[in-house]
Amino acid sequence: MSTIDTAHSMAAPTAATWSPSIKRLAQTAALCGLGLVFISLIGMPVKLNSRALIEPILSRGYASLAWVPVMFGYVVTKQVVLEGMVAQKRGASDVAEGAIVGAGGGLLLGILGILIDNFDLRDPLLNWSPQLLEFITFGNGLGFGVMIWVVIGGLSGAAGAGLHLLPATIRRFIMVIVVAVVGISFLETAATDLLQGLRLEFVSDGIYSKTSGLTIKGSVITGAIAAVALYGSQQLQQRRLTRLSQAPPAASGFTPGAAILNSFGDARSRLKVGLGILALILLPMVLGGIMNELLANVGLFLLLALGLNIVVGLAGILDLGYVAFFAVGGYTAAVLTSPNSPWLTPELPWFVAIFIVVVVAAIVGLLIGAPVIRMRGDYLAIVTLGFGEIIRLLFLSDWLSPMFGGAQGITNIPGVQVAGLANVKGTDPRAVFYLVMAFCAFAIYVSWRLEGSRLGRAWMAIREDESVAEAMGINTVNAKLMAFVTGAILASLSGAIFAAKVGSIFPSSFEILVSVIILVIVIVGGMGRIAGVMVGAAVLIGVLGGPSQPGLLQELAEYKLLIYGALLVWMMLKRPEGLLPNVRRSRELHGDELTQDAWIKSQVAAQDEIDSDGAGSEVPS
Amino acid sequence: MNRLLDIRNLGVVFGGLSAMNDLNFHVDEGEIVSVIGPNGAGKTTFFNTITGLVHPTSGDILFEGSSIVGLDPSAITALGIARTFQNVRLFANMTVLENVMVSQHCRTKQGAFGALLNTKAFRQEEQEIRERAHEVLSFFGSRLIGYRLDQPAYVLSYANRRRLEIARAMGTQPRLLLLDEPVAGMNPKETEELTKLIGRLRSEWGFTIVIIEHDMNVVRDVSDRVVVLDHGETIAQGSFDEVSSDPQVIEAYLGRPVEKK
Amino acid sequence: MLVIGLLAFVAQQINPTNPFASWVNPDANRLTGPALRDLIISGLNLGVMYGLIALGYSMVYGVLGFINFAHGEVFMVAVMSSWITSEKLFEAGLWEDFFIPSLLLTVMIAIVVSTTTAVVMERIAYRPLRGSPRLIPLITSIGVSFFLQNVAIGLFGPGAKRYPQLPEWLTARRTLLWIPGVEVEGTKILVLVVAGVSMAMLWYYVERTKTGKAMRAVAEDKEIAALMGIDVDKTIVRTFAIGGAMAGVAGILWGLLFRSVVATTGFLPGIKAFTAAVVGGVGNLGGSMAGGVSLGTAESLGPLLLLEPMGVKGPTQLKDAVAFVLLIAVLLFKPSGLFGERLSAEDRT
Repeated sequence: MSTIDTAHSMAAPTAATWSPSIKRLAQTAALCGLGLVFISLIGMPVKLNSRALIEPILSRGYASLAWVPVMFGYVVTKQVVLEGMVAQKRGASDVAEGAIVGAGGGLLLGILGILIDNFDLRDPLLNWSPQLLEFITFGNGLGFGVMIWVVIGGLSGAAGAGLHLLPATIRRFIMVIVVAVVGISFLETAATDLLQGLRLEFVSDGIYSKTSGLTIKGSVITGAIAAVALYGSQQLQQRRLTRLSQAPPAASGFTPGAAILNSFGDARSRLKVGLGILALILLPMVLGGIMNELLANVGLFLLLALGLNIVVGLAGILDLGYVAFFAVGGYTAAVLTSPNSPWLTPELPWFVAIFIVVVVAAIVGLLIGAPVIRMRGDYLAIVTLGFGEIIRLLFLSDWLSPMFGGAQGITNIPGVQVAGLANVKGTDPRAVFYLVMAFCAFAIYVSWRLEGSRLGRAWMAIREDESVAEAMGINTVNAKLMAFVTGAILASLSGAIFAAKVGSIFPSSFEILVSVIILVIVIVGGMGRIAGVMVGAAVLIGVLGGPSQPGLLQELAEYKLLIYGALLVWMMLKRPEGLLPNVRRSRELHGDELTQDAWIKSQVAAQDEIDSDGAGSEVPS
Repeated sequence: MNRLLDIRNLGVVFGGLSAMNDLNFHVDEGEIVSVIGPNGAGKTTFFNTITGLVHPTSGDILFEGSSIVGLDPSAITALGIARTFQNVRLFANMTVLENVMVSQHCRTKQGAFGALLNTKAFRQEEQEIRERAHEVLSFFGSRLIGYRLDQPAYVLSYANRRRLEIARAMGTQPRLLLLDEPVAGMNPKETEELTKLIGRLRSEWGFTIVIIEHDMNVVRDVSDRVVVLDHGETIAQGSFDEVSSDPQVIEAYLGRPVEKK
Repeated sequence: MLVIGLLAFVAQQINPTNPFASWVNPDANRLTGPALRDLIISGLNLGVMYGLIALGYSMVYGVLGFINFAHGEVFMVAVMSSWITSEKLFEAGLWEDFFIPSLLLTVMIAIVVSTTTAVVMERIAYRPLRGSPRLIPLITSIGVSFFLQNVAIGLFGPGAKRYPQLPEWLTARRTLLWIPGVEVEGTKILVLVVAGVSMAMLWYYVERTKTGKAMRAVAEDKEIAALMGIDVDKTIVRTFAIGGAMAGVAGILWGLLFRSVVATTGFLPGIKAFTAAVVGGVGNLGGSMAGGVSLGTAESLGPLLLLEPMGVKGPTQLKDAVAFVLLIAVLLFKPSGLFGERLSAEDRT
């Protein structure tokens, strides 16, 4: 894409160059159409269509298509302005280009309608259905269907392209308002639940319609609130910037090392963390069962992701068999606590069992880690994946079923007895959430302390250049093994809570899929950054859902794995450092650009030094 | 004098190609020895073999009387041999301070538990690591301290990167310091400055130093003894003047006089 | 593994109740000669398919230095598209009446689809990542794999699809010409023959043609190759295309042999083919095939020949575990594979 963009903008200064861009327009229109057809054929619009986004105007089904031409319209008219190039004037031609692309895409969707009407391909393609045809034609004739999609596509494409015409601030307002309205509408269940808990039913009654989705009034209110919030935050930021610019220059120096060490230290962030914890303690009290269940799941995966973050983010070891330790934790806890365990039935209390779980996980971690840790990175990834599968296959096998129950698993696992206070189990998701949160706090503390320690520095050095780290006296095998085992222990804790929460445990909960999802959380959030991992877990598990745990967007449940895959690819291509990146990690990932910058800077610095040396001033220390 | 490093009949073979051939070499405590030789003479392989990155196929390397052949590079560093690299290999995304802090790894011992419990020993050790890093970096005057402490290594100028590499090696608190072309790429002014520093590394820090260098001015100024390598063999050794008039050495450098500057 | 298998085979032939067959487990089903022969043949069948898929992993690793995790999905796409084609031909009544032309058409479509998938994948997901740290394209390819699997589920549903019946003259057991008394299903013979022919064609292409030379040059050093006037991008695309085509051949063979496909069909064969590539030595094409065959036979013989006599219950459940253990063992003890790697200098470090 980027080469095309560059070619386009290179041709831009010579004004009347419409001819070369026709091919590009056709290509983009075709891509846009393929996108629309693809989304239709995986059945998303029809399945989502039963619910509304904004009650009488827009259903979720149509919304799932409408964003495509908008995006393509925006992208096709995007300019890449390199240094020294003059930005092209924006005008009606941009809007026209967007409209053409959108209309072309719409046309393809219309053609899909015609094809559905005339050929029966329902056999391989599940969604080649009369319902889809009806969706495309709005229940009217085919001709109407084609026409209306050309119009819808054209308008959306034009709107997307038109965004470029607006000043950046207004564009941002529009984006925020759209995101807010779509978000609030999709989060209907969660918002209603929360508002009910706060006894603010009148708010949810006011903005949501009786059937589903926001009402028109509701969306206007939501949009207005979002706009005001954005305005407010902009003002605040403005004020902070002016304050910074007035501060002495030394304070704004680039100090990532100090920043990491002090990030919990200065009063401001301490306040933020405190408020966050308070909110997390209070939130479950006002939420209903479903939402608490959701929070508990987020917590379980956060605990897993924090562990993997130590392995992948801090030590740079790509462990694809991470789920193995989750399984080991779960099974060990099950064997030790359940009266139904086929092998040993010590029926220990959970809090006693957890110590044994940690020991077992550490031993398994060492046994798996010791041989693989010397391998080069990509082989290690595949071998750990192999180990992950072997462990699942062993739990599943008839061979070990006298110990772990094979496919029948282990059932009747009691909950967690908290010293007469409560019995934490799946039926009480609120208690589970508090338990999980306590363990997450522990994991966060561990990650934070280790990162700033001697061991954390060793990990950093290993990530940078393993053989030099070795030459500088770091026993890389031991340091990496420490990371591997620490990750294993955190995963096993999550597994033990999982066992107690669900009350039974089966090999099918520990597919490779789980490893990949945890990896996506760590990567989307930002490798090596605790806050990033928290955001990743909340957004992905909370909104999309875990491998077998529902998220907020239950209507997207069927597509969540698809979205996970696409998200992983997209993040790697566009933002490998994640949403909330670790400063250092993102530098490593953008190596090329940084080498260039550094080269320029070093040239300047060298020049400076020669200048100062020329003045003959050897500054004593 | 106490023999610090003693290399006997060292041989290294890469896939049938002999890179080191029956090499004998020794360094006494407190010496500064230069290793010179034409390109491809096996100088860097020589360093790699001492530091354990390359395993010798024959012969023995004794450090303070005991063999270090077959040890991991980290174990060798822990025994007291530190090095710099010809093509500067810093931890580019770590800060200047962190680069030196991390190199003290093998001299410190606080593990995960100390960090988790934030014990007194842990805090004390962190403090010591930090102080030591400051001390090492101050050796280079104002070049690497002040605001530079918290800059990532990749923004440093070329000369400063070379200095930081030496500082990092100093951080491992070695007895023997191996410098691989420490002044390569520096301008004459910087070269002169660093040459003086190499002398101070011995007199103030007590390091024994082996240095690979192409710049004959530096070699003449710093070395007690010069060893000439060619095709992985020692072809001459002695004082700079002895070596520079040795006909074999002159021949190895393609017949041109070594005094050529 | 082949050697062990053959030795055990000989031992069985001499004495079907040899002590090893009931080493720990007195109730073990003792393998008879014909049963073992069948196991070896299915092992070989699996093995050549793994080998064909492994070629794709091996070539991409050789040229770009990363594991294209999504290659198993290219294979799955081939199995899917040949299912669709054969199914449609069957509905039209052509599959039974004109079997050979239909089969050829199916093969062609499968190869075209899998090749296109591989090429598009390279263009969209991997090309922008060239020169980034090694693990980045690997993670990307995991995402691509996940995505393609779920696209297949979205389009065709999660259930298993059955291929139409094959004609009897193909599936019948027939005597192998050169070993009298050994009867093998015709399909299995076909699989071996087709795999052998494809392998030979690939070998000729890579070792004897100009494009093949360009490929090897790019694998050795991209920059130098570019300076020598080789179009690196085009060569890399070709590498993906050939890998895709080989996966396509493997896909149609898989379809003919097992006559069933699901969206996750690509996952395990993909991982195992990667294992085969590593066992044979990454970058070494002959090695990939040999690795595939060793892995296939190990997987098919291992459980009944080794695990059952040792008292492991339900040993065939663990055949995947056998494959993974083999992978781990090879990477631990001989990471350059049994037949040697062929990688550029930078990839070796």
